[in-house]
Amino acid sequence: MKKLNLGIIVASALAIGLSAFAGTAMAGKKKGWGKYQVEDRRSGYTYATKETQAIQDNDLGNPALLWLDEGEALWSKKDGKAGKSCASCHGAAADSMKSVGTSWPKYSKKLGKMQSLEQRINQCRTENMKAKPFKKFDSKEMLGTVIYVRNQSAGLPMNVSIDGPVIPFFEKGKKFFYQRRGQLDMSCAHCHEDNAGNKIRANLLSEGQSNGFPTYRLKWQKPGSIHRRFKGCNKQVRAKPFKVGSDEYNNLELFVAWRGRGLPVETPAVRN
Amino acid sequence: MAKARVKVPKSVKAGEVFLVKTLISHKMETGQRKDKKTGKKIPRKIINKFSCSYGGKEVFGSDIHPAVAANPYIAFHVKASESGPMSFKWTEDGGKVTEKTVTIKVS
Repeated sequence: MKKLNLGIIVASALAIGLSAFAGTAMAGKKKGWGKYQVEDRRSGYTYATKETQAIQDNDLGNPALLWLDEGEALWSKKDGKAGKSCASCHGAAADSMKSVGTSWPKYSKKLGKMQSLEQRINQCRTENMKAKPFKKFDSKEMLGTVIYVRNQSAGLPMNVSIDGPVIPFFEKGKKFFYQRRGQLDMSCAHCHEDNAGNKIRANLLSEGQSNGFPTYRLKWQKPGSIHRRFKGCNKQVRAKPFKVGSDEYNNLELFVAWRGRGLPVETPAVRN
Repeated sequence: MAKARVKVPKSVKAGEVFLVKTLISHKMETGQRKDKKTGKKIPRKIINKFSCSYGGKEVFGSDIHPAVAANPYIAFHVKASESGPMSFKWTEDGGKVTEKTVTIKVS
């Protein structure tokens, strides 16, 4: 936390172009990150190599676009006993889903807890479409749909609600983020706040922002949900990961989304 | 089977050199990995051949070997000669072929 606070002071004291200086190894470049930076927060894009950025920026070469196509096809594909598709109720995704990607996870009155976009889609499928839910967060169908929906908000600033009934869940997510865990006894903050921009062995640590998820990870050779990433992170500090779709991860997803408030939605982003 | 994306300019001038971008979804299983549960090798399954024909002949082709990442992206330049179809062919181990055709407009 200390370093972060220092970062904020430095950032506010210096010109925007210099704010990347905030205690990071990338400091030498003294580069403004344009839309990928809001105050002292920087998208994972700015920590990616030039080559990885080029893949993301390529209007055709971004392999996650294959999943986007899949999602687009599913959007208007009728399924289930009700004979409905997403489009039957929501119409054109470009209108109805605009800015949706910025605001999840949300509080569900019905469940009395946080709900991720994936779970909301499955709720829609079972209740309104009378169809089978998509089995996993990381199935082709679910990834396609989530990428398609979130992509409609591409470029819009992340803006999750942390008011009212959400407050206790936000606090839980925050606690999770700063809680030491695993054999290595590390919290999320140790890497993604104190050491963002420094190397952990051969890898450059990012700030752990969620604005590009579901992200195409070169390591995975396919896109993956943020919960899958959480699991990976938890395993790396040798902690027992929670389940994909668990309340713990939903709360954490909320906190992480709030941490990256104002950053543009980049779905589908490409990272190493 | 695999899905492919291709992008070419909407129209090109005769004699112009233009960029063709292709992307196909494929696992590109290298044949080196083992199934974690059974310990058996997962057989190789990659796209081993790519070819692009335009104006009745092959204008770009490539043999592909293991160690190419999943969802291969191939981009290359072609000189515009005449309006007509440009067809792409990806051949997988085992002989399965994915094809896609786009139209080139030469003005």
